[in-house]
Amino acid sequence: MSLLVPESGLLFWMCLSFGIVFFIVARYGFPVILKSVDERRSFIQKSLDDANTAKAMLDNIKSESEAIIASAREEQMIIIREANKLKNSIIKTANDEAREITRKQIESVRVEIQNEKDSAIRDIRSQIALLAVDIAEKLVRNELKESPAQMQLINKLLNESSPFKS
Amino acid sequence: MQKRLKIYFLLFILSVFNAGNLFAAEEFDVKSLIYSHIGDSYEWHITSVGETEISVPLPVILIDKENGISIFISSRLREGASYKGYRISEKGEYANKIVYTTASGKVSRPVDLSITKNSFALIINCTILLIIILSATRWYKGGRQRAPKGFVGAMEIFIMDINDNVIKSAIGKGYEKYAPYLLTVFFFILINNFMGLIPFFPGGANTTGNIAVTLVLALCTFAAISFSGTKEYWKEILWPDVPSWMKFPLPLMPAIEIFGVFTKPFALMIRLFANIMAGHTIILSLTSLVFVTVAMGTATNIGMSALSILLTVFMLFVELIVAYIQAYVFTLLSAVFIGLSRVRKQAIN
Repeated sequence: MSLLVPESGLLFWMCLSFGIVFFIVARYGFPVILKSVDERRSFIQKSLDDANTAKAMLDNIKSESEAIIASAREEQMIIIREANKLKNSIIKTANDEAREITRKQIESVRVEIQNEKDSAIRDIRSQIALLAVDIAEKLVRNELKESPAQMQLINKLLNESSPFKS
Repeated sequence: MQKRLKIYFLLFILSVFNAGNLFAAEEFDVKSLIYSHIGDSYEWHITSVGETEISVPLPVILIDKENGISIFISSRLREGASYKGYRISEKGEYANKIVYTTASGKVSRPVDLSITKNSFALIINCTILLIIILSATRWYKGGRQRAPKGFVGAMEIFIMDINDNVIKSAIGKGYEKYAPYLLTVFFFILINNFMGLIPFFPGGANTTGNIAVTLVLALCTFAAISFSGTKEYWKEILWPDVPSWMKFPLPLMPAIEIFGVFTKPFALMIRLFANIMAGHTIILSLTSLVFVTVAMGTATNIGMSALSILLTVFMLFVELIVAYIQAYVFTLLSAVFIGLSRVRKQAIN
């Protein structure tokens, strides 16, 4: 029966030791551990959330960059096409202009040649006239006696003196 | 197989020659052995070498009207010796307690605050508990954000398991206020249970199998239940929602409910005390088989010794589980009772 009767001395020491342990451990022990584990849990949760948002942002950026690349490629195509068109038109106008200039030059050269030719012919004609006058002078000086013989002489002189061969 | 044959042969030889009574088979008093172990004593007996008893003497603190406070070492009272009129009573009402005999021969008990075996074991176990918890706590200081390893990691698993699966789920919202107390109770009981299972000096004392220890624990839980009781909780006890003839004129239900208030901590006290005491008693009884069977001849003795060792080892394993389970159950039920006392009106409807 003595087993079921609490001993006052043991009660005293139990109260004292349990009280001290409870005071120390419940104040400086468990709350510290529980608090830091809670903090770590929320830290882990926050890190996971952050990682998820970062991943979502990364996916967003990826798709955005893909869209940018696609649009850039399209623009590139348009620019190349326009540049091609521009190139062709430039070449065409340049060709046209060149042809026009050439044509004009040829024209002017032809006119020059014509002028030269005309002046040359005019020159020759004046030369011929001078020659004819010379010849006539010579003929006149040769005493113009018989007319057929004179004509013969004129023709002969003409034949001798110029490109105007009959 | 061959080994077993050898053992049988040995047993046969021994029984033929009946070498049994080589050891003087004294009358072995199992009951007093068990009682002296699960009870308390003024010194901590470790072992006997021959005739010399090796034990740790503990301080005796007595308060008496005549002598005032007297403090002395318990070895002065060894083997019935008397010191300043104090001696350890051998039988009667105050068996194994210090009594004071006056000059006229009147025997009385002084106020006894001696550090007995159990008190000393409690102090040792509390120190171990403090060292364990505070050394684990030290790791957390400085607010590092990574998981601990090794010993601290194991302690964290333990603490968080009790915190999350027992305290949090039993009390619910606002459990944080009670977590330190319940965790202290859990580890206090656990350490004491485990230390009680160690069969030599710093362990082996039957602390949680002592009613005074469980009484204090149960009273603490009772206080926690009562102080956290809401208005609704007390109303349910004193004026429950039952037909009015059950509470007036004869307060039938209130009487039962008030009785229930006290049976809860009482059950906690008895459960822990009885479980641990019974465990110690069974292990000691099984160990005693070795000494009891000495008188029955060597063959029986050897056979029973082997059986005894086998059963003792088995029981020690069972007690390891019981040590955890009882700490767990005490904490769980304390948490459940505290949770019940925090009942709110909405919760009922």
